[in-house]
Amino acid sequence: MASQEVKLLGFWVSPFSIRVEWALKLKGVDYEYIEEDIFNKSSRLLELNPVHKKVPVLVHDGKVMAESFILLEYIDETWKQDPLLLPQDPYERSKARFWARVAEEKLLEYSFTAMCTHGEKKEQALKSAVEAAEKIEEEMKRNNKKFLGGESIGYLDLAMGWIAYWLPVWEEVGSMQIVDPSQFPATTAWSKRFLDHPVIKQNLPPRDKMLVYFHERRKILGGLV
Amino acid sequence: MAEEVLLFGVWGSPFSRRVEMALKLKGIQYKYFEEDLTNKSPTLLKYNPIHKKIPVLVHNGKPIAESQVILEYIDETWKGYPIFPKDPYERANARFWAKFIDEKCLPGIFNACWGEEKQHENAVKEACELLKHLENEIGEKKYFGGEAIGFLDIVANFIGFWLGIFEEASGTKLLTREEFPKLSNWVGVFVSSSGIKENLPPARDKLIAYFRSQFGTGSTDATK
Repeated sequence: MASQEVKLLGFWVSPFSIRVEWALKLKGVDYEYIEEDIFNKSSRLLELNPVHKKVPVLVHDGKVMAESFILLEYIDETWKQDPLLLPQDPYERSKARFWARVAEEKLLEYSFTAMCTHGEKKEQALKSAVEAAEKIEEEMKRNNKKFLGGESIGYLDLAMGWIAYWLPVWEEVGSMQIVDPSQFPATTAWSKRFLDHPVIKQNLPPRDKMLVYFHERRKILGGLV
Repeated sequence: MAEEVLLFGVWGSPFSRRVEMALKLKGIQYKYFEEDLTNKSPTLLKYNPIHKKIPVLVHNGKPIAESQVILEYIDETWKGYPIFPKDPYERANARFWAKFIDEKCLPGIFNACWGEEKQHENAVKEACELLKHLENEIGEKKYFGGEAIGFLDIVANFIGFWLGIFEEASGTKLLTREEFPKLSNWVGVFVSSSGIKENLPPARDKLIAYFRSQFGTGSTDATK
């Protein structure tokens, strides 16, 4: 096969770029990782993603792509070896895509907002986050396999992986609780299995640095969110 | 076993029209249910309990929600007319711009038409910057999908038809031929294409009146 040059532009603490790294590592795809300082964006990043100016950006044999969920699908379609990230059945695929959006547009948005705000705004965001978490918990309960992707990690596990590791950090930083283990047993059990996976375990940002980082973000965004 | 395809939609919604366009391009028979969004049917709430929104496609009893997710399902389930490109990079590109349209263009255009008056000039400038990206993306192509209508054209139905409705309802003109010659061309080709023109909402005046009643008559000092 011709040279497969794969580059990934990411940021050390971004759940969006890390989920793409997880996918590449699970598939055993070699890539060059380029750390971007998102607070001092390089001309390279601005050139490669002029529309959003964000990470992650994947460059494969010169082809430039962005948006993490889209990158997960691209990786699955291009490197067809195990693990297959998306289910084979179209209806199961539609469910995976649907739930990935729910987790991203509801749980992630509201959790992050709740972390950064206080008072009435925080209470509202927290309530919405818990509602979203409850819906996801029901889905987790319905799934009686090791992972949402079945016996191996799949697209939806990667899409929701931030819940297992970033959310507890945000809860600590925001002095709040969204996924109480006693109220969310299925999500909690899935989170533990996900983090126990050797590829995931070895590709997580250091927790102590994350706490410092998000405390700082909370301070800065606190007035603006 | 007889195949049953149901679609819950709203006549004036670009999102439910997207699904109809895809079903018609594929030649799929379906039963359509018009929803009253002020009085949602128990069936809709049963099939989409999470978001309680249209469109919802129900295929042999299995519900699928979110228009872009539905389009992917339709293309994967029924062969015939190809909605998505085959090449993974082209698919990623189409998905990228589809996401851009729904997450950036729609709110940006809405803001320019019906946002706060004192922000109007800025909102118009921002909406035009967003449209510029689409102007560059269509380039010299007949359709976003190339020679034939594809996923991105269907998602861009909002730009193809509803943008004009928004402009008329609010009095804010965004898509001018001078600034957006290529995108304007695409709009013309899109709305007159077979498979699309029969699936645009009828009663343009009724649609304009509807948006005016929902969102007001728009910022009055529109300069564009």
